[in-house]
Amino acid sequence: MSNAVAHADHGHARADAPHPAQQHHFDNLAQQKEAAVIGMWLFLLTEILFFGGLFVAYMIYRVWYFDAFAEASRRLSLFWGGLNTAVLIGSSLTMALAVRAAQTNNRKWTINWLLITTILGCVFLGVKVIEYEDKFANHEVPGYNYDFSYHERHLAVEGHAPAAGEHREPSLSPEQLQQTTQIYFSLYFTMTGLHALHMIIGVGLMLVITWMAWKGKFDAQYYTPVEMSGLYWHFVDIVWIFLFPLLYLVNRHI
Amino acid sequence: MSEHVSPVSLYVTIFLSLMVLTGVTVYSAFVDMGYLNFPVAMLIAGFKASLVVWYFMHVKWQSHLTKLTLATGLFFLAILLAMTLIDYTSKNFTPQPPPTDPAMAVQPH
Repeated sequence: MSNAVAHADHGHARADAPHPAQQHHFDNLAQQKEAAVIGMWLFLLTEILFFGGLFVAYMIYRVWYFDAFAEASRRLSLFWGGLNTAVLIGSSLTMALAVRAAQTNNRKWTINWLLITTILGCVFLGVKVIEYEDKFANHEVPGYNYDFSYHERHLAVEGHAPAAGEHREPSLSPEQLQQTTQIYFSLYFTMTGLHALHMIIGVGLMLVITWMAWKGKFDAQYYTPVEMSGLYWHFVDIVWIFLFPLLYLVNRHI
Repeated sequence: MSEHVSPVSLYVTIFLSLMVLTGVTVYSAFVDMGYLNFPVAMLIAGFKASLVVWYFMHVKWQSHLTKLTLATGLFFLAILLAMTLIDYTSKNFTPQPPPTDPAMAVQPH
C-alpha cells in the first residue's frame, strides 16, 4: 500500500507529468500563470497609487505656484529629457521582444534582448547622472546652497546673456523665485529620484532574469518571470511617459 | 498553453507610434494653446500609456479579471486625483504669499 502511494507521488516519468516549474498547489501551468499575472497587477496598482500621491502633490503646487513652475521647468534640458524618453521607450520595445523570444522558445534572443534592455536602462540612469550633476553645479538643489539666480549670473559672466528679443520678464521678484522654485525642484528630485530608484531595481531584476534565462530555466510553456519583469519594466516606462511632459514641458511656449 | 504571441511588426509599430507621439508632445508644448496646453499634453501621455498597457503589457489578451483589476486601480487613482484637487482648488486654501523681505534673499555664491 505505502509502496503504491510512493510510486504514484513520484510518477514523473508519465507522459502527462506536470511541467517541472509547476507548483504543486496549482492545477496546471495556465492557472499558475493567471495567479502570477493578477498578483503582479495588484502590486502595480499599489505602485500606481504610490506615484499617484506624488502626482497629486505636484498638481496642487503647480496650481498654486504656476509661474514658479514655468520658470524652473526651463532649467531642465529638453535634449537630455527627450533622449531619455526615447531610450526608455526603446527599452520597452526590447523588453517586449525579450518576452516574445521566451514565448517562442528562443533562449539566445531572450538573453540578448534582456541584455540590451539592461544596457538601455543603464544609459537612462547615466543621462540622469549628467542631469543631476548639472543641477548641483548650478545651485539648483533645494536647501542651504539653493540659488535660482546663479545660472543667469553665471551665463552673463561667460558672455552668454540672452539677446534682447529673447529676454522675458518673470512675473515674480527674484526673492519670490528664489523661494517658490525650490518647491518645483524638491518635487523634481523626489519624483525623478523615486523613478530612478525603480530603474535601479529594474536593472537588478533584468540581471537576475538574464541569469535564469542563461541557466535554461524558461521555455515556451513557462516564462512567467520574464513576463512579470516585463510588466514591471513597462510600468516604470509609463511613469516616465507622464513625468516628461509634467516636469520638462511646463509652459515652454511663452 | 494557448498564449498569444504577437508578431514583431506589431511591437515595432507600437514603438514607432510612441516615438512619434513623444515628438508631438514636445512640438505641442511650444504651440500657444492657452489653457489647452496641459490637457493636450496629458491626453497624449495617457494615450501613450494606454498603448504600452494594452500591447506591450499584453492586457489586450489577458482575462477579464486582470482587466478589471487594472480598471479598479485606475478608478482609485482618479478618486485620489479628482477629489483632492477639487478640495484644494475650491476651498480657498490659498498658500502664504512668497516673502518679499530682502532678508530672505539669496546670499551670492
